[in-house]
Amino acid sequence: MNIIEVRNVTKEYANHVALDDVSLSIPKGCIFGLLGPNGAGKTSLIRIINQITGPDKGEILFDGQHLDQSHISRIGYLPEERGLYKKMKVGEQLLYLAQLKGLSQKQAMEKLKSWFIKFDIKTWWDKSVSDLSKGMQQKVQFVSTVLHEPDLIILDEPFSGFDPINANLIRDEILELKKKGSTIIFSTHRMETVEELCDNIALIHKAKKVLDGPKLLIKEQFKTHTYFVEYRGNLADLGELYELGQEKNLENDYKRIHIHLANHVSPNELLSGLLQRVEIRSFGENIPSMSDIFMRSVNEVPES
Amino acid sequence: MRNILLVIRREYLVRVKKKSFLIMTLLAPVLFVAFYATVIWVAIESVDTKTVQVLDESGLFSKEFKDTEALKFMYIASSIDSAKTGFKKSDANALVYIPADIIRDPKGVRIYAEKNVSMDLKSQIEKVIEKQIEDIKLSEAGITHKILEDSRVNVSSETISLSEEGEKTSSSGAATVIGGICAFLIYMSVFIYGTQVMRGITEEKTSRIVEVIISSVKPFQLMLGKIIGVALVGLTQFVLWILLSTALTSAASAVLSSKMPDNPAQMAQEMQSIQKGMPAQGMPGGNVENPVAEVLGAVNSLNIPLIVGCFLFYYLGGYLLYSALFGAIGAAVDNDADTQQFMLPITLPIIFSFVFAQLVLRDPDGTLAFWTSIIPFTSPIIMMVRIPFGVPAWEIALSMALLVLGFMGTTWLAARIYRVGILMYGKKVTYKELAKWIFYK
Repeated sequence: MNIIEVRNVTKEYANHVALDDVSLSIPKGCIFGLLGPNGAGKTSLIRIINQITGPDKGEILFDGQHLDQSHISRIGYLPEERGLYKKMKVGEQLLYLAQLKGLSQKQAMEKLKSWFIKFDIKTWWDKSVSDLSKGMQQKVQFVSTVLHEPDLIILDEPFSGFDPINANLIRDEILELKKKGSTIIFSTHRMETVEELCDNIALIHKAKKVLDGPKLLIKEQFKTHTYFVEYRGNLADLGELYELGQEKNLENDYKRIHIHLANHVSPNELLSGLLQRVEIRSFGENIPSMSDIFMRSVNEVPES
Repeated sequence: MRNILLVIRREYLVRVKKKSFLIMTLLAPVLFVAFYATVIWVAIESVDTKTVQVLDESGLFSKEFKDTEALKFMYIASSIDSAKTGFKKSDANALVYIPADIIRDPKGVRIYAEKNVSMDLKSQIEKVIEKQIEDIKLSEAGITHKILEDSRVNVSSETISLSEEGEKTSSSGAATVIGGICAFLIYMSVFIYGTQVMRGITEEKTSRIVEVIISSVKPFQLMLGKIIGVALVGLTQFVLWILLSTALTSAASAVLSSKMPDNPAQMAQEMQSIQKGMPAQGMPGGNVENPVAEVLGAVNSLNIPLIVGCFLFYYLGGYLLYSALFGAIGAAVDNDADTQQFMLPITLPIIFSFVFAQLVLRDPDGTLAFWTSIIPFTSPIIMMVRIPFGVPAWEIALSMALLVLGFMGTTWLAARIYRVGILMYGKKVTYKELAKWIFYK
């Protein structure tokens, strides 16, 4: 079951196309990474899902229904450009934002209390937002995003502006929310976050979707059938089935090399070949990092 | 609907809780009352007695200079030269010298003083002399004092407006004052609260909170909520001002009237004479009407419920019309400094209306008055000037209908600009760009 289905969505602005016939689906309960270079159209897509703007063509389904106003209270949104009312008190502000998302004052109050205890920010309630540091404001804004326990949480660059400790705190909260059944969309440039947290990804480039699916499957697709070896000895006569990369000298006469296998050759065959010739220190498959995949996909799209 | 109420509540509470609101609300009536109290107090207290020496060589004015509260006349009989030296030693404020041949040469009067004498004193003395010479010349021509007394009639006219309801006394003076005050209040409130809407929107845009808010509230609801919230702040302030001013004024006047030696009629009379730049002068005969009663009567002759009703309508209408436009500017720019270039086309009609209002006060039924009170951009101010003078019902109805259409139009226009503008950061906006936004899908 998908919480979000984007079907053939096109969005045009006066002098450029932000989204060009984009379709993708976001399964329930996953952490979904929405990737793409700056200006690719991620924010446009997020704004359409948030109903801040509408698509020119195509449609969006939320939990199987056509996306409409009633879904607003089921979505939580943390925009990249963070902002709060500077002169309003933290408590009042969070109450207001929660009520706009459809909570009653009483419900909002109860939930806020537990968050204030959890984040140990009880003393902030009567503080003006402008008296808080940037990191503290981010925390407040994170609370406002997830307070109404939305089914879908959209986080645009959630870790920017946090120190490592608070970033960890937020990461744990995100995993906790996932455990409770929320779906989370990440829009980010940070590939280490994607590597660590995302189950599914989609890559948008130049208004088009170039890639989407479960992270593991995509990695599988991008494997190059290449293995690396660290060894001592001579590998020169390994055979025609193996394409050797550039050797790199390590300490104590060890060397490191990447070996590309012909299509039908298994790693075991390579390994037995190696065993006969050299002393092996380590051996493994080259799994492409998200960063590699990102770079390769973006560069493969021809310049238009 | 729930969301728009939440927005209204926030906008209202945030502003009403501000210290500056409290200060403005409390201070304005205090300042207002203090201002009037000072004027009245000065009017009373400035009546410190001045001594004027009179050297009357002609002997014609021996009884004509009558002492008033402000002036004390002392007749002296000596030569002019010794009088001058005597004057320097005395603490008299002025010396009036009337030569013997004053009848033939009325220009011979001299007023000596250490400092320049006030226009008031000068004209007062001249008046007494003029009148006496006139009397003398008239009686020389055979007209007796009795005839003169009889011929002096005090004319005080009363304007009667003829309408279907029959004759009723109206006072164009009271209408002018009330019309002027209403126009001024609407002018001020459109400016003050219109810019508050603009600031509020720019603040939301620059602090970037707007993106969070409009993921829960439609942009139009947010804009409307803000406009209505600020309108209620304005209404609250008006109501508090009216209550506080009334309370303070009655308290102040109670204090002042206990200080007054004479009846309030005299105070009002002094006030009047101050306004006209003329000295307080005892009116002949006992036909002094009580001006306070007169003012009250004049105010009562106006259709107060109509004026109050129309005032609220035109305050709201004018405010809604303009604040929507102010809001559109707030959404289009990135910070307060950039608002200037767009402010002018909006403030011009407001300022023009206020200028026209002065003209319309003089001619409340002219062509200018008619058209400016029908066109929505000027009508909130101009119509309020005209209403105390009496305006045909169909004109009011037409003007109101057009004003409603007008603010619906500007709100629509503003909403189009607003929804694009609030998400547009870091872009210098031009008029051409704004026009494009209006026609976006």
